[in-house]
Amino acid sequence: MSSHSESAAHGHLMFHEHVVPVSTYLAVFITLLIATGLTTWIAFQDLGQWNLVVALAIAVCKASLVVLFFMHVKYNKGLSRIVLIAAVFWLGIMITFTLADELTRHWQINPQPWVGTIVPVVRHLLF
Amino acid sequence: MSDAAITHGDNPTGFAHQFEELDQQHDAGRLGMWLFLATEILFFGGLFTGYTVYRSLHPQAFLLGSHILEVKYGAINTAVLICSSFTMAMAIRSAQTGKRKGAIIGWLIPTMLLGATFLFLKFRFEWYHDYLEHTMPGFGFYYRPEWGAHAPQVQMFMCFYFFMTGLHALHMIVGIGILLVLTWMTSRGRFTSQYFAPLEISGLYWHFVDIIWIFLFPLLYLIRF
Amino acid sequence: MSTTATVENLPNASAEPQVNYLNARYGVKSWLLTVDHKRIGLLYLCTITVMFVVGGIAATMMRINLLEPQGALVEPETYNKLFSTHGLVMVFFFLVPSIPVTLGNFLIPMMIGARDVAFPRLNLLSWYIFATGCLIMLYVVCTGGVDTGWTFYTPFSTTYSTTDVVLAALSIFVAGFSSILTGVNFIVTIHKMRAPGMTWFRLPLFIWSMYASAIIFVLGTPVIAITLLLLGVERLLHVGIFDPALGGDPLLFQHLFWFYSHPAVYIMILPSMGVISELIAAFSRKRIFGYSFVAFSSLAIAIISFLVWGHHMFVSGESIYAGLVFSVLSFLVAIPSAVKVFNWTATLYKGSISYEAPMLYALGFLGLFTIGGLTGLYLASLSTDVHLSGTYFVVAHFHYIMVGAAVMAFMGGIHFWWPKITGHLYPDLWARIAAAIIFIGFNLTFFPQFVLGYLGMPRRYAMYPAEFQALNVLSTAGASVLAVGYIIPFIYLIWSLKYGPVAGPNPFGAKGLEWTTQSPPPTENYLKIPIVTEEAYNYETAPEPEVVRV
Repeated sequence: MSSHSESAAHGHLMFHEHVVPVSTYLAVFITLLIATGLTTWIAFQDLGQWNLVVALAIAVCKASLVVLFFMHVKYNKGLSRIVLIAAVFWLGIMITFTLADELTRHWQINPQPWVGTIVPVVRHLLF
Repeated sequence: MSDAAITHGDNPTGFAHQFEELDQQHDAGRLGMWLFLATEILFFGGLFTGYTVYRSLHPQAFLLGSHILEVKYGAINTAVLICSSFTMAMAIRSAQTGKRKGAIIGWLIPTMLLGATFLFLKFRFEWYHDYLEHTMPGFGFYYRPEWGAHAPQVQMFMCFYFFMTGLHALHMIVGIGILLVLTWMTSRGRFTSQYFAPLEISGLYWHFVDIIWIFLFPLLYLIRF
Repeated sequence: MSTTATVENLPNASAEPQVNYLNARYGVKSWLLTVDHKRIGLLYLCTITVMFVVGGIAATMMRINLLEPQGALVEPETYNKLFSTHGLVMVFFFLVPSIPVTLGNFLIPMMIGARDVAFPRLNLLSWYIFATGCLIMLYVVCTGGVDTGWTFYTPFSTTYSTTDVVLAALSIFVAGFSSILTGVNFIVTIHKMRAPGMTWFRLPLFIWSMYASAIIFVLGTPVIAITLLLLGVERLLHVGIFDPALGGDPLLFQHLFWFYSHPAVYIMILPSMGVISELIAAFSRKRIFGYSFVAFSSLAIAIISFLVWGHHMFVSGESIYAGLVFSVLSFLVAIPSAVKVFNWTATLYKGSISYEAPMLYALGFLGLFTIGGLTGLYLASLSTDVHLSGTYFVVAHFHYIMVGAAVMAFMGGIHFWWPKITGHLYPDLWARIAAAIIFIGFNLTFFPQFVLGYLGMPRRYAMYPAEFQALNVLSTAGASVLAVGYIIPFIYLIWSLKYGPVAGPNPFGAKGLEWTTQSPPPTENYLKIPIVTEEAYNYETAPEPEVVRV
């Protein structure tokens, strides 16, 4: 094994990584600060249902900036992306399926054959 | 081999015996941290799921509850954390570009200080205030008359608030602990432009904690209408 | 795997007693501070064996109690604690860790041709965390137990139970972190530590199944951790998170609980499927039929397992529309499971099958898993579940999967790799007898429970109507046969440590990297990192390796 260790010491110990320019970091940093101000300001404007949507959209954008630049996902292809996407996707599964139960629990059951159970779903989706 | 392996593990380049190449070791560390962050996403995800369900069931109570919180502290703390993420990124960059160790420490210490500032604001001006105002569930929570029938669900909102921010604060404390160790390692000259994996991996964790807060801020503080 | 690797990795046969991972260092400290994945695997094996005995004792007392309709042994309150202890200990401290932390720890680096897992110290830390969880659980058991069942359903667990729910939940919480760290370690190891030439499609199927279950560890376990934290907070502070009187929803707890706990069932069965793939290939001397189908069906099971949790809640007030979706998705799990069974059967077809003890376990697995899987379909369909839910039918169904399949595979795997782990052979005749006794005892115990459940006997009761007595006595009789079946291997395996004949590197003539190094392996597994040049299970083209028999 000693021969291997020596070759490791000479041949394999080089390590290269993308260096992100300071200007990029600064730009991301300032954008994040502006987005924080924006989301705070917009929260006090009455947009009805859209307040939540806008707040979450801005949060997702901010998080994406941190992930892509500060956490180098933009520069490191492959596995880290898959792991991240999988985790977010699984979180989506958990929230969606739980809500699928919570939000449909009080729907009326139509006392008809099985087609009857489909009708309220379609009606709910369309109208 | 086994003797050689043991000395390998302790050598100053940080190369561990079970790996063949330094690149492989670095990749393994990074993948390990990403997987750990995936578990963290689902760990907080359980809370986000509960939050989503109850907010959809009790929108009015969550509105009332959010008004207990002070937006200015939330916003300031968001900015503080973003600053700390920036300094963390710069610390890693200094190591990566082979800067001397003073430069790396010069970015690590502000990162820690910003983290501590966040915790100070959180505990002193928010949690302690809530405790005095009887809006801390389990510690003499007081149903205010203006909440009417929504009072129990307002308490539930505050419970989610303390649970989420509390877990987040716990992660911050762990993060500051990690940064202390990194500062010590840097001062011992352990990192070079070829080997800075502990810095990079800890940076991923620090940024992740920032991201959690980026979501907590609008979900908890910014329910205004 | 290639012949050259074999020669290089074996020291001269005439040499002194070989230095291996067991005799390289001695003393308690060398075990408690080891970072060697093989030693850590053995630490886990000892730990989960203790927990298996604890869970087994609880089960024995339950079966004795059910000999008589009015309860033969204990008070109903004690019975509640017995089935809770049995469930908690067996699920969280035996079945979930069983194959991954013992055989997985031992074999993953060996099978992929690595010196160790990616993070050896983290691996040791996982064991310490797991042992801490075990100690907390044992403390709870010794100081009065817990009576919520293993599911901790709210609001009973948060409001009404007078037992130590918080500490029991804490033990699961702690053990969960061990699972998370193990899962992270395994995924990184499989991605980054493979030997040169060990491509994904040359991996043994055991690795694929371990990879799939590590995915569940990583994505599922954190959810049970946070759920139990919420449970603890609710119990201590009564803030209404799961209390309908305060606007909470008890079903939310069930959602979060089953989001982990249903996939956890697949954590138990996926590694078993991996073991079975190895055993069937080795003892029918054939390549696994449809390798890539078996490999991808593991991943498919891991993914689908996260989409079906609502079938545990069909009768607990879940929306009927969500129930429809969960029911359909639950049926989907049958597809990859059936793909595996058909492929194993096709592998057996025209193979030169030999009936060593591990193969008997594998064949037993095939039958029991099929019964367990097919009865699951009755429970996945909404209408029949209304009748069967909460009865002994469910108990019988999941025991066919968790004991009939998972424990059979665990026993088969332990027997198959025992010569590699210890360097000694066990007496094969006794092993075959034990395998047969376990198979018979298992069916005697649990088949009557299908009938009982169908006739309407509910689970989790200390007493039952008199007309169910005959079948219950039959079940208890079977349980005592089963207990004998578990005690025999325990004795002869311990015996073999000292008196068993020396096994040699490859006593079964099996394929796979782990058989190319000495038994027990050296600390670094391979004297020279092997270079892989062929696919897994290359039994048909290569000449038959020399077989050493007792």
